[in-house]
Amino acid sequence: MSAVIRTRGLVKRYGRLRAVDGIDLDVRAGDVYGFLGANGSGKTTTVRMLLGLVLPTAGEVELLGERMPRAGRRVLPRVGALVEGPAHHGHLSGRANLALIDAAGPGGSRRTRRARIEEVLQQVGLGGIDRRPVRAYSLGMRQRLGLAAALLRRPELLVLDEPTNGLDPQGIHEIRDLLLELHRGGTTVFLSSHLLAEVEQLCTRVGVLDRGRLVLQDELARLTAPTGATVVDTPAADRVRAVLDGRVLGVEGSRVVVRGADPAEVNALLVAAGVPVTGLALQRPTLEEVVLAAAGTSADRVEAAR
Amino acid sequence: MIGVELRKLFRRPRTWVTIAVLNALPVLVAVLVQLTDLAPRPGEGPPFLSAVLTNGALFPLAALAIVLPLFLPIAVAVVAGDAVAGEAQAGTLRYLLVRPAGRTRLLVAKLVAVIAFVLVTVLVVAGVGYVVGTTLFDAQPVGGGTSVSGTSLSQQELAGRSLMAIGYVTVSMLGVAAFGLFFSTLTDSPLAAALGALAVLVTSSLLFTLDAASPIAPYLPTRYWLAFVDLFRDPILWRDVVRGLALQGVYVGVLLAAAWANFTTKDVTS
Repeated sequence: MSAVIRTRGLVKRYGRLRAVDGIDLDVRAGDVYGFLGANGSGKTTTVRMLLGLVLPTAGEVELLGERMPRAGRRVLPRVGALVEGPAHHGHLSGRANLALIDAAGPGGSRRTRRARIEEVLQQVGLGGIDRRPVRAYSLGMRQRLGLAAALLRRPELLVLDEPTNGLDPQGIHEIRDLLLELHRGGTTVFLSSHLLAEVEQLCTRVGVLDRGRLVLQDELARLTAPTGATVVDTPAADRVRAVLDGRVLGVEGSRVVVRGADPAEVNALLVAAGVPVTGLALQRPTLEEVVLAAAGTSADRVEAAR
Repeated sequence: MIGVELRKLFRRPRTWVTIAVLNALPVLVAVLVQLTDLAPRPGEGPPFLSAVLTNGALFPLAALAIVLPLFLPIAVAVVAGDAVAGEAQAGTLRYLLVRPAGRTRLLVAKLVAVIAFVLVTVLVVAGVGYVVGTTLFDAQPVGGGTSVSGTSLSQQELAGRSLMAIGYVTVSMLGVAAFGLFFSTLTDSPLAAALGALAVLVTSSLLFTLDAASPIAPYLPTRYWLAFVDLFRDPILWRDVVRGLALQGVYVGVLLAAAWANFTTKDVTS
């Protein structure tokens, strides 16, 4: 599979601070890539370097097979981006804003402009907006308008930084459906977020950033693969240990973790011994556990020097 | 791209409010002079104002001379300072660059938009000045006007020289615009950029009045601003006009090069 985003040894230094410290991203065509990291871990700086807004101190960035920022004029029209919240001219209407941004660069024909604007407004659920200035929009509407601007040239790659920020639960659901639909249509999505649930529901691959370092990069399915243990819910937790001697890995209230990747077998043993079983499941690590194991404490904690 | 920037600038209510406010002062002066019939004596007050009572066609020049020392530079500094820093503060700069607008192209488009603003503003001040001057005062359609030197100028000469003066004032303001645009690439605050440009002008005007600063006086950006008066001498006194043009040219060239060098290599974190 071809690489859509690839970085090698990407470094950004601000004075003595290494905001991004040698990361090697690898996003392939067809991925929905979840870029996770605590606040201040360097996510936004990385996204800005991908798009040529911030120039790397060292290392290189390849976007759609071409070197950034040199090839920006060729590559960026094929990329849609939402960086750190939407921004528009408040005194103009949503349509006027989209028309201006479309006219500001290459790769968007003037003849199809009006039709494309109407299409993306429909897509993000703003098809019915009137001539009100953006100033009067709600936060969620602005977010949708920002997404519309990113979709304006039918990009092959979407780079989205916290795209559901400011949306209500229904809005989040709609945007998730939209992203999945775009993904089915062949768009690669790079989603930077600190919302684990969002990434878990959407993404196929995950990268975790911690203090400027990429501490994890893998398929989501592999990261949350079964651990080979079974979780049993039972009101008689103490009796499980007697029945499955030596296989009990841990007891926590009414939850017992038992070695063995076959819940049916575990169930049969327990029921045969007369232990009541109210729930049974393969143990899988949640994304949260994976991320917490890989990354340290929150990067915006400031500990006193000792 | 240039079209986009022009549309942004001239569809903005603020732009037209600025131009309107800029015209209010000369109109007020004209009304007061007309009502009281008290023009400043020749050699005092804003240039050309003394002659306005006898020839209203000179009022556009008086109007320019009235707004030139303070109002016009403030307006130009605000618009030029807003050019890049305003987009940065609103957050729209990153979307323009990701579009991609291209940093050099964006800077050129901003420059053209600022030049257009200067030109439109100067023309509107002159135009409003002409209308006000010819309605409130006696215009002399036949005999032409009088030069500052006392000889008389034909109508064509007066019109030609007025156009040259408008051009000269525009070029003078381009210096201000270049300062504003340069500061605008340094900061994300449009206010700071405009104030920076104004600080330069205030410093320059102040040093100009100081005898101790006379060695550097010829290089101060505001030094030759009022030299457009020399265009109305008979014969035209070109020396200061030419020097003024050359000086503004150097300032504009150096500052734009600095603005370009800074903007194209800068991390956009706004």
